[in-house]
Amino acid sequence: MTTTRRIAIGAGLAAGLSASLMGGAATAQDTVRIALVAKALGIGFFEAAARGAEEAAEELGDVEIIYTGPTTTTAEGQIEVVNSLIAQRVDAIAISANDPDALVPALERAMQRGITVVSWDSGVAPAGREMHLAPSSDQLIGETIITLAADHLPDEAGKVAVLSATSTSTNQNVWIAAMKEYMADTYPDIELVATVYGDDLADKSYRETQGLLQSYPDLDAIIAPTSVGIVAAAQAVQDAGKVGEVNVTGLGLPSEMAGAIESGASESFAIWNPIDLGYAVTTIAYELATDAATAEPGAELSMGRVGTATLDENNEAAMSEPFTYDASNIDEFASVF
Amino acid sequence: MSLTEGTRPRHVPDRLSSRPTRILRSWELLLFGIGVLIFLANTQASPYFLDPWNLSDATFNFTEKAFIAFAMALLIISGEIDLSVAGIIALASTAMGWALQWGVGAPGLVAIGLSVGLLCGAVNGVLVTRLGLPSIVATIGTMSLFRGISYIVLGDQAFNGYPPELAFLGRGYVFWVISFELTLFLLFALLYGTLLHFTNFGRQIYAIGNNPTAATFTGIRVARVKMILFLLTGLMSGIAAVCLTARLGSTRPSIAFAWELEIVTMVVLGGVSILGGSGSILGVVIAALVIGLVTFGLGLLNVPGIVMSIFIGGLLIAVIALPRLVRLLRTGRVT
Repeated sequence: MTTTRRIAIGAGLAAGLSASLMGGAATAQDTVRIALVAKALGIGFFEAAARGAEEAAEELGDVEIIYTGPTTTTAEGQIEVVNSLIAQRVDAIAISANDPDALVPALERAMQRGITVVSWDSGVAPAGREMHLAPSSDQLIGETIITLAADHLPDEAGKVAVLSATSTSTNQNVWIAAMKEYMADTYPDIELVATVYGDDLADKSYRETQGLLQSYPDLDAIIAPTSVGIVAAAQAVQDAGKVGEVNVTGLGLPSEMAGAIESGASESFAIWNPIDLGYAVTTIAYELATDAATAEPGAELSMGRVGTATLDENNEAAMSEPFTYDASNIDEFASVF
Repeated sequence: MSLTEGTRPRHVPDRLSSRPTRILRSWELLLFGIGVLIFLANTQASPYFLDPWNLSDATFNFTEKAFIAFAMALLIISGEIDLSVAGIIALASTAMGWALQWGVGAPGLVAIGLSVGLLCGAVNGVLVTRLGLPSIVATIGTMSLFRGISYIVLGDQAFNGYPPELAFLGRGYVFWVISFELTLFLLFALLYGTLLHFTNFGRQIYAIGNNPTAATFTGIRVARVKMILFLLTGLMSGIAAVCLTARLGSTRPSIAFAWELEIVTMVVLGGVSILGGSGSILGVVIAALVIGLVTFGLGLLNVPGIVMSIFIGGLLIAVIALPRLVRLLRTGRVT
């Protein structure tokens, strides 16, 4: 038994030693330490945001980014992470929350101990953060999806149809309403001939697109503000041999849309840019942590190269209109998310 | 219950367990040594480690899991296992959230959480003891079943708005940095330690785990003991669900996701034989503390969670494999 014990204690010692070695390089007090907390590690979207945060840190100079998160997308996992960040007395925590309410107590404690807390992507309830940076706003998304279609219509005139998710999808309905409003003022010569629902199912979206192509032979563009619908629509257009006649656009993921861009079924589409988001929230967290700015309704916070965020009455702000992806940048982002 | 001929059955296990007891003792000592080393390494690695409040925060990383680990230890010693415990948490928490919508107050919510836990334990117990299903299969089934119901009820929604009185159970402090959950942890450690090591019931658990057939012949009602253990595990999962729900103030169907494996890890790291028949509550207590120290210490160094699970996995394999390896080497040399 003594041998067993000795070996095991040796293993424990080795573990302890490696732990203390890891610790040696960690702390330097004069830099601003900003923790970027993901919903879970190993998700392309958040890895890309971390790249943006590193970019911001390089521009800002004396900033150390701690990119961390739980292994599963649970609130209790994030609380453990937040607790260890509080214990380390980081200067700022920027979190994309797995639950808007469950994290409030832990984040409140962080703020009590002088840590700047902001949320991004998925927000935290107002009590648990100083401000929230949303990737975009309903208004901006509505404007973007019709502009994407208009940009590829001769004289900004033609017939478009919308392929949405379900008829009760709140997000899509709000975006489509914003789009219609903006259309009426800005693009009077574009006609919205139909709105159909693919229920965010690939096969139903495909069939609905086929129906559109048959009912409206002179259709110029299909706008799909859903990542499932846009892929299915592009596939249906390609299969119908209508590439070049009907342009599919809307909101999609670069990794899923790379084929459609390559085939020409889609000229361009949009989605928020996670790199910009990580960059912007890091910049804001830095300004708040160094007291260069204060989070209060109406405040204008600089986001570096991304622009300026204006806080509304809930201390929330939208970063920008969704980022446009086309043949020029799809390869770069297809591998990211 | 029916250990009527006290001396004979007690005499045989005594001879069998005298050596294992010694091994167990050294196991706990070994684990304790590792714990102390990790503690010392942590104090060296991070200047933030030795802070009472930080250490107190860190206890929340393991308390709820440890509640279940105590009951799970008994179940595993008896030769069974319950992999549905995290599913029970999800279902119990969902039931609490559902009841909240009907205006049930804090005491009612606690009662509902515990009852659902007990009920789920009863389902597992019946499947295993009445229908004779292997517990690993039965509880993999109920694991998906219980969490599945949560997903059907909640989808991507959440229940929240729990009454503030409930929050004490998850976030309250009894005295200075000693949280309510930590107090419960110590209380349960004592209770389960007494139950396993100082009662007839505890001896029956060991007997069943070592040889269920022999246990039956000595008059132990094996199915009844196992049923009680499944009920206990369900109840402890219900208690964990109440505390976790109170701490989070919100219920999502993903609550406590993948905890069953962390709980089994805690039990096995504590020296409980996965084959049944041996183990101690003290070992589980130390294992809970070691896991808490490791996750908190590595968290302070911002080691990503994935690396953390690799570390825990490595520790588990090392602790289990080392004695066997040494025994192998020794017997190899001796013979």
